[in-house]
Amino acid sequence: MTASLSQIRNFSIIAHIDHGKSTLADRLIQQTGGLTAREMSEQVLDNMDIEKERGITIKSQTVRLDYTASDGKVYVLNLMDTPGHVDFAYEVSRSLAACEGALLVVDAAQGVEAQTLANVYQSIEHDHIIVPVINKVDLPAAEPERVKAQIEDVIGISTDDAVMTSAKTGLGIGDVLEAIVKFIPPPKGDFDAPLKAMLVDSWYDPYLGVVILVRVIDGKLVKGQEIMMMAAGTKHLVDRVGVFRPKIEVIDALGPGEIGFITAQIKEVAQTNVGDTITDAKKPTAHALPGFKEVQPVVFCGLFPVDAAEFEKLRDSLGRLRLNDASFSFETESSAALGFGFRCGFLGLLHLEIIQERLTREYDLDLITTAPSVVYKMLLRDGREIELHNPSDMPDPSTIELIEEPWIEATIFTPDEYLGSILKLCQDRRGIQKNLTYVGGRAQITYELPLNEVVFDFYDRLKSISRGYASFDYHQIGHREGDLVKMSIMVNAEPVDALSMIVHRGAAEARGRHMCERMKDLIPRHLFKIPIQAAIGGKVIARETIAAMRKDVTAKCYGGDISRKKKLLDKQKEGKKRMRQYGSVDIPQEAFIAALRMGDDK
Amino acid sequence: MPDLEPLAVYIHWPFCVSKCPYCDFNSHVRATIDEAGWRDALLADLAFEAALLPGRRVTSIFFGGGTPSLMDPATTGAVIDAVARHWSLDADCEITLEANPNSVEAARFAGYARAGFGRVSLGLQALDDAALKQLGRAHSVREGLAALDIAQAHFGRVSFDLIYDRPGQTRAAWEAELARALGFGTEHLSLYQLTIEPSTAFARLHADGKLVLPDADTSADLFELTQAMTAAAGLPAYEVSNHARPGAASRHNLAYWRYDDYIGVGPGAHGRRLATATERHKKPENWISALAATGSGLNVEAPLDAETRATEALLMGLRLAHGIDAAHFAARTGRTLEATIDTAARDRLVAQGMIEARTDRLQLTPQGRPVVNAVLAALHR
Repeated sequence: MTASLSQIRNFSIIAHIDHGKSTLADRLIQQTGGLTAREMSEQVLDNMDIEKERGITIKSQTVRLDYTASDGKVYVLNLMDTPGHVDFAYEVSRSLAACEGALLVVDAAQGVEAQTLANVYQSIEHDHIIVPVINKVDLPAAEPERVKAQIEDVIGISTDDAVMTSAKTGLGIGDVLEAIVKFIPPPKGDFDAPLKAMLVDSWYDPYLGVVILVRVIDGKLVKGQEIMMMAAGTKHLVDRVGVFRPKIEVIDALGPGEIGFITAQIKEVAQTNVGDTITDAKKPTAHALPGFKEVQPVVFCGLFPVDAAEFEKLRDSLGRLRLNDASFSFETESSAALGFGFRCGFLGLLHLEIIQERLTREYDLDLITTAPSVVYKMLLRDGREIELHNPSDMPDPSTIELIEEPWIEATIFTPDEYLGSILKLCQDRRGIQKNLTYVGGRAQITYELPLNEVVFDFYDRLKSISRGYASFDYHQIGHREGDLVKMSIMVNAEPVDALSMIVHRGAAEARGRHMCERMKDLIPRHLFKIPIQAAIGGKVIARETIAAMRKDVTAKCYGGDISRKKKLLDKQKEGKKRMRQYGSVDIPQEAFIAALRMGDDK
Repeated sequence: MPDLEPLAVYIHWPFCVSKCPYCDFNSHVRATIDEAGWRDALLADLAFEAALLPGRRVTSIFFGGGTPSLMDPATTGAVIDAVARHWSLDADCEITLEANPNSVEAARFAGYARAGFGRVSLGLQALDDAALKQLGRAHSVREGLAALDIAQAHFGRVSFDLIYDRPGQTRAAWEAELARALGFGTEHLSLYQLTIEPSTAFARLHADGKLVLPDADTSADLFELTQAMTAAAGLPAYEVSNHARPGAASRHNLAYWRYDDYIGVGPGAHGRRLATATERHKKPENWISALAATGSGLNVEAPLDAETRATEALLMGLRLAHGIDAAHFAARTGRTLEATIDTAARDRLVAQGMIEARTDRLQLTPQGRPVVNAVLAALHR
């Protein structure tokens, strides 16, 4: 039996990090009996360690709740937990497309943040009904009335029906459930039409294979059905249909308006495309769902094993991660400085960090990450157009007609006092101011910025300038022509490929000087002096020199205790192993990592 | 007798009146010491080694510590006599006592000379009262110099130690201090830059930022100054921190640096003999009970393979101004010098002016000496 349309409510929760989304979700599950208090580990929905630690959601998830409302009827509530970060904007848009409404959770003390805004606008674009939930009203610093006014001012939605909650204490949870039933519209759909369902997300489960999260629009999904992925053109046999409560429950069928999962003996997530339309292979629907996009990586970097012997292990680990995350790409890359590794593409910086962290943590790999770069489009003199993912592959400048770089529109939300410094930061990064508004002690700034300035260290700088109070969000707005050059860093007259980067001509000198100063501090003194230079083409734009080592001697030889001296030598040689030989210069691995991290000192 | 294999003998006396804050040598402070018992124990430990090494000629005996000048001269005499009974002593066998330069100990100098010592090494450490206080030394400069006079009257050969590159020490201050030290006509000086050793009182102060050493450039300046002044005074460095008139180098320490056989007797003493590394129990009580139970104070007796011997010989030998004799190296280690080093690195280091390499000898240049550790790390294969 599938649920009747009028008694289904599909909704997502929009919230800034730490505003209590997960706690609220846990309360809703608890109150409707999805899990007993004992079964609830903190924040049930965020499965991965990284998700728990960072308080962010990477994969879309869903929970089906049965709720007996005050009208006496039993409703099926599908809570869709969406990724909370701009890197996963496309996944978010698909999750939102699977819902008819959203709870907008705002911290009663903190108010609206940039991330909340971006997501709530998306939700509005999907014609969602938004139910404001003012959370943490039990806090001494709570100012629910001010926050309500802010929501009306900034977002422009009515807060007359806003619900006051404290997810922590459980206050107002019943009101939230009633508001969902009352305000969020039921889905529409046709039981008798051919199957049309949206592939919302998918992931790899070691026991079940690839699990596909679906939202049925029309028709029915049942076990044994042969389905077709319309964009991929592949067919599969459904071997399991179910819902999450949040534990897995296998059911007979999913009908229109319902959200659940299927498995179909699929081995790799790469075979499932988020946003694809699933239909019945024998009786396909005439029209696929709108809005399907192939996901394209926008940020690239090189990942190299610190220990060259771990190259195969890294390949293997990347392959395994890709089983579950088809949105990143990797191909072999070799660097004179760093040896063999991989050029990897990511949806954004957070995505990059997550993959890097999972490799380190789950696969126990020691990695060097090169400076993130973006995708440049180049028109060559011979009329060819190429895309550049790696500064090392930059063609000879004389063959380049023009270079285009990706731009973004960034929304920054900040307390007034940091506004000046943030504007300066945006200007320094070649930003174009589009908008500036004040709302109750906070400023909302919209800037157009080149993405390459953002991947550099923008986010770290923003956080440090605003002591962590500013929030930031962005979306891409296409490629634009730019005066871009490749800057090389040379150590002892040898270019270090891992450190080369593409920069705007106007910023090259400052960046080059900074890089040289940085490397000067990071490379230990040698027996000879070492020049460090930044250069564009053959022209040196910045230079530092590491003086030769003057003293490295053990004064005493500890009586006849030679073992002790030998240990010292062993330690010294062990230290050398952690260095990369560059010509006659040994560069510590940490130097690459630290130099490329940037941004925490200037 | 010259046909016999040479042997150097080290005797460790582990007791001090108090522990100096920079020192991480094996020293202990005890309220009472059963000196007769200790004498017998040292003799037993020595006899154990003697049984393993028959037919050697002893080139040097060195009493170190701790503070061996706290020993009764009769005790030291008993040990020296025993060494002479176990082996034959070279005619010019160098017998050295480490001594604190205070009046109590200086009063025993005549006794030590009678016991057989021909050389004394005084822990003068500084010619500045404030510095002596900071270094935790019990003597004053005046007392120290008086002891030096007495020592030079009683012993044919005298050396003293100074610690420099001390907190707050300027180039001018060290220049004056060293010039004064060179003016006493002493034939041998050990000039050590202050090193912060782990688990010492200084290490804790240093970690807390309460003890600040001169920066690397100043240390390098002071080191260079020391090389130049001692050379000018006729006591050039024959090892990184040791300076002597021609012929006055410490024969005992040369045995370490040339990787000749030496035995170490007494708590915590290290030895290298018969291609084996030896180490005695450090804690006096443990050493005593090990002796009672097993007939020796040995805690570690580890055979050294050729590779390890070669590494040790390289890192000791390179410290000498004379450098490493390739033939002696191969005889002592069972490996050629060529096979022990990275020859490409050697050629680079030669080009950089850090070392001189001839077929029969490898040595540091004056430029390479202050960076010997880095040279070693590059050179060692």
